[in-house]
Amino acid sequence: MIDQLSWKVGGQQGEGIDSTGEIFAMALNRLGYYLYSYRHFSSRIKGGHTNNKIRVSTSETRSISDDLDILIAFDQETIDVNVHELRDGGVVIGDSKFNPTVPEDLNVRLYAVPFTEIASELGTSLMKNMVAIGATSAVLGLPVESYLEVVEEIFSRKGAKVVEKNMEAIQKGADHFNELSGGQIDGFQLNKADGKKRMFMIGNDAIALGFVAGGVRFMAAYPITPASEIMEYLIKKLPEFGGTVIQTEDEIAACTMAIGANYAGVRTITSSAGPGLSLMMEALGLSGMTEVPLVVVDTQRGGPSTGLPTKQEQSDLMAMIYGTHGEIPKVVMAPSTVEEAFYDAVEALNIAEEYQIPVILLTDLQLSLGKQSVEPLDFSRVEIRRGKLDPKQELPVSEDKDGYFKRYEVTEDGISPRVIPGMKNGIHHVTGVEHDETGKPSEVAANRQKQMDKRLRKLQSLRFNVPVVKQAPHEEADILLVGFNSTRGVIEEAIPRLEAEGLKVNHAHIRLIHPFPADEMKSMIDRAKNVIVVENNATGQLANILKMNVGQHEKIKNLLKYDGNPFLPSEVVMKCKELV
Amino acid sequence: MATFKDFRNSIKPNWCPGCGDFSVQAAIQRASANVGLEPDDLAVVSGIGCSGRISGYIKSYGFHGIHGRSLPIAQGVKMANRDLTVIASGGDGDGFAIGMGHTVHAIRRNIDITYIVMDNQIYGLTKGQTSPRSDVGFKTKSTPEGSVESAIGIMELALTAGATFVAQSFSTDLKELTSIIEAGINHKGFSLINVFSPCVTYNKVNTYDWFKEHLISLSTIEGYDSSNRMMAMQTLMENKGLVKGIIYQDKVKPSYQDLAHGYSKDALAKADLKMPEEKFNELMAEFM
Repeated sequence: MIDQLSWKVGGQQGEGIDSTGEIFAMALNRLGYYLYSYRHFSSRIKGGHTNNKIRVSTSETRSISDDLDILIAFDQETIDVNVHELRDGGVVIGDSKFNPTVPEDLNVRLYAVPFTEIASELGTSLMKNMVAIGATSAVLGLPVESYLEVVEEIFSRKGAKVVEKNMEAIQKGADHFNELSGGQIDGFQLNKADGKKRMFMIGNDAIALGFVAGGVRFMAAYPITPASEIMEYLIKKLPEFGGTVIQTEDEIAACTMAIGANYAGVRTITSSAGPGLSLMMEALGLSGMTEVPLVVVDTQRGGPSTGLPTKQEQSDLMAMIYGTHGEIPKVVMAPSTVEEAFYDAVEALNIAEEYQIPVILLTDLQLSLGKQSVEPLDFSRVEIRRGKLDPKQELPVSEDKDGYFKRYEVTEDGISPRVIPGMKNGIHHVTGVEHDETGKPSEVAANRQKQMDKRLRKLQSLRFNVPVVKQAPHEEADILLVGFNSTRGVIEEAIPRLEAEGLKVNHAHIRLIHPFPADEMKSMIDRAKNVIVVENNATGQLANILKMNVGQHEKIKNLLKYDGNPFLPSEVVMKCKELV
Repeated sequence: MATFKDFRNSIKPNWCPGCGDFSVQAAIQRASANVGLEPDDLAVVSGIGCSGRISGYIKSYGFHGIHGRSLPIAQGVKMANRDLTVIASGGDGDGFAIGMGHTVHAIRRNIDITYIVMDNQIYGLTKGQTSPRSDVGFKTKSTPEGSVESAIGIMELALTAGATFVAQSFSTDLKELTSIIEAGINHKGFSLINVFSPCVTYNKVNTYDWFKEHLISLSTIEGYDSSNRMMAMQTLMENKGLVKGIIYQDKVKPSYQDLAHGYSKDALAKADLKMPEEKFNELMAEFM
């Protein structure tokens, strides 16, 4: 019996590869297994190789695995592209329709099952993916009934007959495989899972849910991979709360519309990826200068320009910290798990309102789109803090000669009282031009300095819960591994392997990118002989930020990958050994 | 009840003496009082340029944004608080060059705001360059040999983009301009009001006298019907766009807010942000 297994299904984009993986994973999630799936896809709708790699485990996992146990192939290309990932003795199940072959020098077992033919006999070739799922069940020794609940949910609105046919397809797939293999094959039976109920979701789902729970009632956004799911969820859910989403003409409109709505007192967000963020840069400066709260999600993908729109990368770091001309206070948060993505989405809204600043919620494609099992979320942790805004407050008549409210009053913590349009005695002016305490344009040097200092002072009082996730059992470590966003899973998986080779390894995962938690990182770096920064970009942006803020350049080494694919645990292990 | 004086503040506009924008400012203040607004109920959102400063010269909530983006900001304000009256304003460069994408989409989206453009056919604040409203042959610093690009027929464009309120006026006709702005505010949907507001410093061609000579009032056209889109288009084309008055109004089409699925009848800005725990559990269960 085994505790974890990797399964992959591949074929041409548009022929149901995603739903095959989805149904398989949902059923196993219901049984209490931990799932982690990562889709390989292209920026096109039909055609081109696509695959969905799913890891099933009896314990939590946040990374794709090095190798593969089972490969389901709907075409020969799937075998040619992926067969080398299979472990020794692994299984390939291909549709007999294309006469699947595997290289002779590999020790893998090939089974040709008539996926399409069985499905066609049952009424439609569309059900070939169910036949494939059935064959998989036979390998794993899972009862066919495990799928009933999921199949019912998906197909019940099409009638009982359709449910029945799909279940029959699964059964036939299983039967056919058992006939071919002559009974169960060894080495693929999973230990029983704990049976606990968990969600099965992508990072974007968690962010979107966090926004709805955190009081977002309006969103303005433009579609883009890999961010659109956030918008799609809010389009579905906000009407239940009286809110709505506008799909704007571009990202500039999305960002400025969000600024307008936040100014008027509604928690409003926008989400995008690199190209969209580039367009929003001027508006981010407006938010900083006018002190209008704003939360923007950047789901990083391969850059620059259009880059690799459907591939993993973490190369927007510097742009998010420094992007926009001039100097503004800004917070850049980087959740490293789906759970954190939920809580951080809520917290981003609070920080934006409390400090009256733009907040970038940074994710990457692997975190945004990797679908995985997630423990139920804790609603009691969802707080709504609006800082110095109380829309129900009655304001006294202002002493200003025009009766203007001091919206930009210079205060000790730099945060000024905030009012929203419609409030009596709250009239003030808002402008991206330098301004005085009531918001009237002013170029007076002393005022400029005061307002600049006031804005930048706000972040000195920033309270941030767990800016660095630390797993640091060693007082003196051979290696400190540093990462951000989705590399958390792969680093956590590499550590025990490195320790098994006699290396003492600490881990710091940075969740607050800006303002940088320099003190916390310094104490971690002081305790390590080598600092290896693991990141999906070509220039070592996080390593450079570390050097800038903490120094100790001689210790800091790069472990980079920028070919569009996420790190594998074995790559991290191998490169760490080379580097020390 | 507020009078137009309640919409005044003590700030002295930095416009040149004789600039058309002074009258537009006065007309907005008068119209706001005439339709019964209080200064707290009004948000004026403006762009960048000479005319963009207007949000600071009217006593109301004011938002002076970034170049070309007054419309998305103003739409955001209105979506957040539908109880507010929202006026967006700026120049022809702001709205028809850098902000043209937003102008076309705001027109077709039809959110209930009023957009007032101070059109002087020139870039004033950057000291005299060509604008998308400059005529062919117009000599400016950026077109020393005369502009070779066609001028945008903005009223015609608005009609084809699905506008529900299209009007044009001239800054010297304070009374007419005021009443058009009132009609724009009262219109349920997006209203576009283009106001010829001459630049006395950099535009020596399209002067007050020039407009007096060339502008035709729609009230002088017998049988003109502002609910007839075809007639509106034909009249604009026959007169090279140089007409004033309410050119077209669709009083039937509902605004975006009235069509948006699930969008609350109450101002979102007044909504409770917290959801009940049972609702949250329901949302979580959808992922299980």
